Amino acid sequence: MNTKLLIAATSALTISITSIAKAEPQAEVLHWWTSGGEAKSVAVLQEEFSSRGGTWTDMPVAGGGGDAAMTALRARVLAGNAPTAVQLKGPAIQEWYEEGVLADISSVANAQGWADVLPASIAGHMKCEGSWCAAPVNVHRIDWIWANATVLAENGISMPSSWDEFNAAATKLKAAGITPLAHGGQAWQDATVFEAVALGVGGPEFFHKAFVELNEDTLKSDTMKAVFDQMRTMRGFVDSNFSGRDWNLATAMVMNGEAAFQIMGDWAKGEFLAAGKRPGIDFLCASTPGDGFLYNVDSFAMFDVDGADKEEGQMLLAELIVGKNFQKVFNMNKGSIPARVDVALDDFDPCAHTSAQDMAASNAGGSLLPSYAHGMALRGAQSGAITDVVTAHFNSDMSSDEAVDMLVSAVANSM
Amino acid sequence: MTELNSKYADSGYIQKLILRSLLFLLLGIFAVYYLMPLFIMVTTSLKSLEEIRTGSLIDLPREVTFAAWKTAWSGACTGIQCEGLRPFFWNSVLLAVPAVIISTLIGALNGYVIAQWRFKGANLIFSLMLFGCFIPFQVVLLPMARVLGIINLAGSISGLVFVHVIYGIGFTTLFFRNYYVSIPVELVKAAKIDGANFFRIFISIFLPLSLPIIVVTVIWQFTQIWNDFLFGVSFSEAGTQPVTVALNNIVNSTTGVKEYNVDMAAAIIAALPTLLVYVVAGKYFIRGLTAGSVKG
Amino acid sequence: MSEWLEKQLPKLVLAPSFVAILIFVYGFIGWTAWVSFTKSKLLPRYDIVGLIQYDRLFVSPRWDVAFSNLFIFGFLFIVISMLLGLLLAILLDQKIRTEGIIRTIYLYPMALSLIVTGTAWKWILNPGLGLEAMLRSWGWESFSFNWLVDPNMAIYTVVIAGVWQASGFVMALFLAGLRSVDDEIIKAAQVDGIPTWRIYLSIILPSMAAIFLSAFIVLAHLSIKSFDLVVALTGGGPGYATDLPATYMYTMAFSRGDIGQAASSAMIMMAVVFAIVVPYLYSELRARND
Repeated sequence: MNTKLLIAATSALTISITSIAKAEPQAEVLHWWTSGGEAKSVAVLQEEFSSRGGTWTDMPVAGGGGDAAMTALRARVLAGNAPTAVQLKGPAIQEWYEEGVLADISSVANAQGWADVLPASIAGHMKCEGSWCAAPVNVHRIDWIWANATVLAENGISMPSSWDEFNAAATKLKAAGITPLAHGGQAWQDATVFEAVALGVGGPEFFHKAFVELNEDTLKSDTMKAVFDQMRTMRGFVDSNFSGRDWNLATAMVMNGEAAFQIMGDWAKGEFLAAGKRPGIDFLCASTPGDGFLYNVDSFAMFDVDGADKEEGQMLLAELIVGKNFQKVFNMNKGSIPARVDVALDDFDPCAHTSAQDMAASNAGGSLLPSYAHGMALRGAQSGAITDVVTAHFNSDMSSDEAVDMLVSAVANSM
Repeated sequence: MTELNSKYADSGYIQKLILRSLLFLLLGIFAVYYLMPLFIMVTTSLKSLEEIRTGSLIDLPREVTFAAWKTAWSGACTGIQCEGLRPFFWNSVLLAVPAVIISTLIGALNGYVIAQWRFKGANLIFSLMLFGCFIPFQVVLLPMARVLGIINLAGSISGLVFVHVIYGIGFTTLFFRNYYVSIPVELVKAAKIDGANFFRIFISIFLPLSLPIIVVTVIWQFTQIWNDFLFGVSFSEAGTQPVTVALNNIVNSTTGVKEYNVDMAAAIIAALPTLLVYVVAGKYFIRGLTAGSVKG
Repeated sequence: MSEWLEKQLPKLVLAPSFVAILIFVYGFIGWTAWVSFTKSKLLPRYDIVGLIQYDRLFVSPRWDVAFSNLFIFGFLFIVISMLLGLLLAILLDQKIRTEGIIRTIYLYPMALSLIVTGTAWKWILNPGLGLEAMLRSWGWESFSFNWLVDPNMAIYTVVIAGVWQASGFVMALFLAGLRSVDDEIIKAAQVDGIPTWRIYLSIILPSMAAIFLSAFIVLAHLSIKSFDLVVALTGGGPGYATDLPATYMYTMAFSRGDIGQAASSAMIMMAVVFAIVVPYLYSELRARND
């Protein structure tokens, strides 16, 4: 009698212990992927998450490339109920870490061998003082130049391999009545063109010294003046209504032949493909003139939250994000390439292939550089200060000397 | 009401006609100014994306389609959820209705006190309260987040109601106080002699007279609260987000394909409750004004 | 005891609101002032370091633009909205049968969120897409309206869109005020043979001083809060030519993780508001007491 009772009690105890220990993974995810294509891609992650028993609570906040989301994040952190996972990228991750609010996901990273499948510079962004705190989703390339294939063919122009070639081609196009460069006059777009030009004119080392190290001599140098000179030239190649134009309306200009070129990150590809244009036939993609690869890596940072189920959720989420399946599906839908280097790219389009090859090459050659315009190279205060100068210069007749002076003082003032 | 045209009745039918036509011309010109953006929004919402991409933005739609409206209401993606604005409407209603009622009531009582029950320092207090109308919400955001966290209202609709009531008090007090100042003090004195107390006087004398200003206050408060985005996004969480957050998510996706027709339709749908308030309140506007003047 | 309570009742009724304002307005202003003396970046820190944020603020070219825009935009927005609102109210006061519809037409802009109406205005004001293109295609070849893309004129387009949004409400305020004026006085004046415009100027308008105060405060509040308007219409551009303190503050706090800067700009802005509003209030309330 006593033994039976003992056995029953023990089994009951065991069952209850295991059910307590088996927490249901939960995650409240703050992100700004709210449009059709991007939302579908995130939905893939959510499906994988639920198929592994997790509950995903969606907290989307669009706008400003994450500005509104960052506002909400601050309020939530101060109120003491931070979301489980947040779409954060670049130095912002380390900034939040310094406030002491991020969680440590090294256990997952090591178990899944992230260090072996991510390029070194990308892995660097995901770490906070040695431990892993964020999971990378993709690699966007910023320094692309897109062109209308027909317009180029009709005017006997090929994709430029140097900025001088670009200038010559643009002058020719302008004479023929075609807007050489389709551009949207918004600060981030000005900055995108600027950094592509800077990389091309100054080279990878110059770029690193100027926009990652913020070396004052480099910022003051004649090379920087040359960059602004080229920007002044570019200003002459945009149409008079460029101010405030959304980036996708500029892409539309290239699509319908009104303009020839656009300098924009790889998400522009999505607009072309959505309109049924074919890469290589209707539109051309190439890296902007110059040596190097400017990347933007989207990622999810894990915040310090209470509760075993939320912690489980973070681990599971991190594992799935860097998992091969999600990396492939997400990036196919979004136009970027996987952060993982061992994902087969067979189903990706030709531009994506070029991107991946270039990334491998620049990784090996040391010219794989973080984009400053898209928040990978510098903290918000510094990158914002630089962008202020770039956009002020582009929208006025400021001289390159003045611009360089303004640049140096703006950077100093932003520390 | 001012019968300002009665003077001209006999001095010339023609003169009256001319003035009247001038009046309507002016009103018409201004109406064009006000209606232009709405015209663009409505026509864009009825076009297909193809037409928007290829046509001029001011053209009438070649082919009218209501697909964008349907998407905006129940199919647009606001994140992973692609159910349009519909799920968020109720949150906004739960938020706006209590907040408007409470802040209006408080404002009426405050205005009544300041305007009619003069005590030492009343004007100073009024001025101090008025300053609350000027504080930019961005300033308030972070400390309020902290406070909401401490009193455990963060992320809930009650928390949002709380915030909106607090920052609405300045305005509602202002509107009611300015309205009640023009009511003669003798009224209160007479009522007090008759034995009525503080609340009695308020309910039986002041409230009935307040229709126009209640209308104005409700219009203002409802608009500000329903259309607020900053507090809505910072103090809510998944499940309690108001409709402005959803609208923002539909319209402001950064790197996705922009569906302008859905955006326009969504904006109009989101504004419908406020427009309804205007139309309904407007009726009381007319009724209120004949009773607006105080006679004996 | 209950008589004492009865006497104190007005103050007791007012007290909760007053306390709430003390905490949530003045307390928070105090918090902001504190933070403006620190080196807060991403999240607030509380160790005072001195006036460094103000030093940084005053050498920032962008702040100069934002600050002067506050005056340009604020002045034009408030004055034009008031005048337009008053004009429309007087026009509508003329016993028109279709008043309800016309009133709604003038009022509805405030119901629409600027997030989207900003886009509509952006299209209308864009030279290549909107008004200029339309009038040119109708034959008026030399018509030019490119304020939106001109760094020197762009701020005035913000005024146009701002007035569009707010003047209807100001009109409603004034209409309520116009109609609360005693009929007897007006009739008496008309019998005396005083012309209509004179009646408006000398009798009706002066009695609406309190309404003017309300309208002014509403408009001042809107011009300070003008954030969605700028973001949707110009994004602060071209360059940062249409930046306003509200957008500067928001950018510093939430995009650039520079809360100390944001706090200092907020304090300056509120000092300006204080300097303008306080004298107005003082004279207004003084007059009331006479």
